[in-house]
Amino acid sequence: MRSLRFLLQKEFRQIFRNPAILRMMFIMPVIQLIILPQVADYEIRNVNITVIDQDHTTYSREMIRKITSSGSFLLSGYHDNYKAALEDVEHDRSDIILEIPAGFERTLVRENEAKLFIAVNAINGMRANLGAAYLNTILRDYNQEVRTQWIQFPKFDEIPRVEVIPRNWYNLHMNYKLFMVPGILVVLLTMIGAFLTALNIVKEKEVGTIEQINVTPIRKHHFILGKLIPFWVMGMIVLTLGLIISRIFYGIIPVGNIGLIYLFASVFLLAVLGLGLLISTIAQTQQQAMLIAFFLMMIFILMGDCILPSTACQNGHK
Amino acid sequence: MERGNNQEYAITAEKLTKTFGAFTAVDQISFTVSRGEIFGFLGANGAGKTTAMRMLCGLSKPSSGSASVAGYDVSHQPEAIKKNIGYMSQKFSLYEDLTVMENITFYAGIYGLSNQEIRDKSASLLQELKMEHEKKKLVKSLPLGWKQKLSFSIAIIHAPKVVFLDEPTGGVDPLTRREFWEMIYASARKGTTIFVTTHYMDEAEYCDRVSIMVDGSIAALGTPSALKQQFSAPTMNDVFLQLARNATRQAD
Repeated sequence: MRSLRFLLQKEFRQIFRNPAILRMMFIMPVIQLIILPQVADYEIRNVNITVIDQDHTTYSREMIRKITSSGSFLLSGYHDNYKAALEDVEHDRSDIILEIPAGFERTLVRENEAKLFIAVNAINGMRANLGAAYLNTILRDYNQEVRTQWIQFPKFDEIPRVEVIPRNWYNLHMNYKLFMVPGILVVLLTMIGAFLTALNIVKEKEVGTIEQINVTPIRKHHFILGKLIPFWVMGMIVLTLGLIISRIFYGIIPVGNIGLIYLFASVFLLAVLGLGLLISTIAQTQQQAMLIAFFLMMIFILMGDCILPSTACQNGHK
Repeated sequence: MERGNNQEYAITAEKLTKTFGAFTAVDQISFTVSRGEIFGFLGANGAGKTTAMRMLCGLSKPSSGSASVAGYDVSHQPEAIKKNIGYMSQKFSLYEDLTVMENITFYAGIYGLSNQEIRDKSASLLQELKMEHEKKKLVKSLPLGWKQKLSFSIAIIHAPKVVFLDEPTGGVDPLTRREFWEMIYASARKGTTIFVTTHYMDEAEYCDRVSIMVDGSIAALGTPSALKQQFSAPTMNDVFLQLARNATRQAD
C-alpha cells in the first residue's frame, strides 16, 4: 500500500506539471461544452423557399402566407415558372421549391383533392430533410384548416379521426441543447478516460521508465491502480466542471439524484479507464495509442445513442 | 542452489538459456560473481547480453538452466530478487518531469524506505553528488552526466545486494565517466556486487573480472590481465576484437 501512495503522489505531480494534460482536461471541456452545443443543433430555422404560384387564387395565397408565417421558412423567391426557381436553387439561394399548379383552387374544391409539387435541394442533407418535413407539417395543417371551413357545409361529412400528438417528457420544447450538452459531456469523459490513461502508460513505455518500474518490487496491481486512480479522479472533476457549466450556461439542472449520476459516472469511468489500459498494452508508441483510441472512439460515438439511436440499428449490428 | 553458494556468490548462473522460438539468444551460460565484485559483462550488440541481464533481474524467465541472484532463484522468486537488486539502464530512466528530490522520494518510497530513511538518504545522496542546489530542479534540465550519476545513486538508494548497470556511461564525457566509476568503486567497497555491461574497453579494465559473450555463449571469462595474457593481446580492446570477429550472428 505504501508503494501505491508514492505512485499516486508521482502521478498527480506529473499530471499537474504537464500543461498539455491540464489543457486537455480543463480548457477543452469548457470550450467544447460552451461552443459545440451552439453549433451542433439540429433545429433548422430560415429554410429558404421559392414558390412558383401559377394559380394566383385565395387558396394559394393563403398557403404561402401560412408557410412564411410559420417562422421556419423565408420566402426567397416568387416566380411563375420552374426554370427561374431552379436557378435560385442552383445559386444556393433556395432550399426548397414549392410549385402550386394553375387551377389548384378549382381542382381542390371540385374534386376534393389537388396536387402540389415540392423539389428539395439535398446538398445540405439535414436542412433538406427537416425543411421538407416542416413543409409537410404545414401543408397538413393547411389541409385540415381548409376542411374545417368546409364542415360548415352540411353536406360534407367528415370522417372521425384519431390524432396522435407526441409529448416529449424530458425535453418538452425539443430544445436540442438539452440533448447535446449531456451528450458532449459523456463523450468528453470517455475521451479523457481512455485517451489520457492510454497515452500516459504508453509514454512510460516510450521513455523507458516502465523498464525501471518493472525491476522494482512494485506489484502489477499497484502500478495499474496508481495509473487509474488519478485519471478516475480527473474524470470526476471534469464531470463536476461539466455539470457546473451546463447549469450556468444552459440552465440544465439534473432532475434526478445527482449522487446517482456520480455513481454511474464512476462505474462508467472504470470501464473507460480499463479500455485505456487495454489500448496501452497493445500500443508501443503514443502515436499508435492515439490511433487505436480514435478508432474505438469513432465506433463508440457512432454506436452511442447521442448521434445514431441504437434502436435504429439493424439487429445484426447491435 | 545450496545455501553455501548463496553466501559466497552474489550471482550464480548454471547453464542459463533463453530461446525465442528457434532462436537461442542465450546459450547455456554458466558463471559466478562473488560478493562485492565488479563483474564486466561484455559482448557485441546482439550477442545476448541484454537477454541474459533481463533473466537475472527477474524480468524474463529462463527457458532452461538456473540462476540465483542475491540468494534467490530467478525463475521462482523474481519478486524477492527485485527487492534486493538495483538496476540502471542505458536508456535514462528517471522521470524527467519530476524534480531531483521528487525522483529520489519516489524510488526510495517504492523500495519501502521509511520517511525518516528517505530524508536521511536523500540528504547524504545530494551532498555526495554536490547537487543540493539542484534538488528542486526538474531532472530534464540537468546535463546527461549528472543525470546518469543521479540515476546510479538512486539505483543503490535501498542498499541493494546486487546492482545491474546496462551500459551506464553511454554518451557521457570521459571526465564524468571517471567520476561515475569512482562511484561504482565506492559502492563495491561497501559490499555491493556490481554487474555492468559496457562497450568501452577501458572500462572493462576497471572491472575485477570480465566475461565476453559471443553468439549467446560466454567465449572468455577472467580478470582483464589474465584475458590479455590468454589471447596475447596488449589491450582488452584487442581481446574483444579477436573474439567478436569470430561471431557469426549479425549485430542488430
